[in-house]
Amino acid sequence: MNDFKKGLVAGIPIGLGYLSVSFTFGILAVSYGLYWWQAVVISMTTLTSAGQLAGVGIMIHPGQYIEMLISQITINLRYSFMSVSLSQKVSPEFKGAARFLLGFFMTDEIFAVASQQKSVSVKFFTGLATIPYFGWALGTLFGALLGNVLPSSVMNALCLAIYGMFIAIIAPDAKRSASLLLIIGVAVALSCAFYYLPLLNTLSSGLAISISAVAAAALGALLFPIKEEAENG
Amino acid sequence: MDNLQFFIYLLILAGSTYLIRAIPFAAVKKKIENRFIRSFLHYIPYTVLAAMTFPAALYATGNVFAASLGVIAAVVFAIMGKSLTTVAIASSLTAFLAEIVLKAVV
Repeated sequence: MNDFKKGLVAGIPIGLGYLSVSFTFGILAVSYGLYWWQAVVISMTTLTSAGQLAGVGIMIHPGQYIEMLISQITINLRYSFMSVSLSQKVSPEFKGAARFLLGFFMTDEIFAVASQQKSVSVKFFTGLATIPYFGWALGTLFGALLGNVLPSSVMNALCLAIYGMFIAIIAPDAKRSASLLLIIGVAVALSCAFYYLPLLNTLSSGLAISISAVAAAALGALLFPIKEEAENG
Repeated sequence: MDNLQFFIYLLILAGSTYLIRAIPFAAVKKKIENRFIRSFLHYIPYTVLAAMTFPAALYATGNVFAASLGVIAAVVFAIMGKSLTTVAIASSLTAFLAEIVLKAVV
């Protein structure tokens, strides 16, 4: 199987997860007063979940351009760290224009699956991004046009799929390494603190995630610096 | 909302999201030698996903109890080494069934 096909296959679960998540985004965008095509255009040009949700919330107010910019930077800051992280794992031919083009597809899930590879080729990354991209666009279209045709119990359960996928990515490695498990525990504890504690919970969820992740990873790098051979574990 | 305003918003939304992803990806060309930074970048995928999942996943379905059971199912299946798709389906299905049972009982 060539790299592109391998990527396509690896992207299937992400695409399925995106169908359901973007379906909810489509419903929400239309309920905010956007046209169906506007919801689809947003999904096809932006390709992010939390940022788009916050984005349509701001769009319904006129002229809040600065608020839009600030919210997007804080919510999406995590992508910068992912991009730097993946820049260390791409194969030698993956440079220049390819990075500028394919950087567009650096979502949480595409990054997570790509970073499990020892070396990420242009073909693999392109294949990996294909099904999620169309899943995201189609789900938005269906959600915007069809609205609440699925029973809410089904929609609700589907919302969990994407988190199930996250758990599937982190749990097996956490099982093998006590230090990694501890660092994951720190990230979870910080994230919970930002969610539940007064004052801290006024922060946007995107910024809270970025701070939690950066602080826990920095602690991990201080306490348990990796050995060279353990890097792809 | 008129079209002009929509497209200005879209430009800010899509443009900032794109640049924040693509610039670091294209700018960091060399292999980073610093051990601290290498270690930091090794931990980042895990800490990002963990912080995104908890506690948000518990509130993803609108029923904390059903979602918690779904999360537990995901952890169990993941530790057993099942594929991403299997874990995702198992977790959704568990939450779905739990919600049905809860509605029937309560």
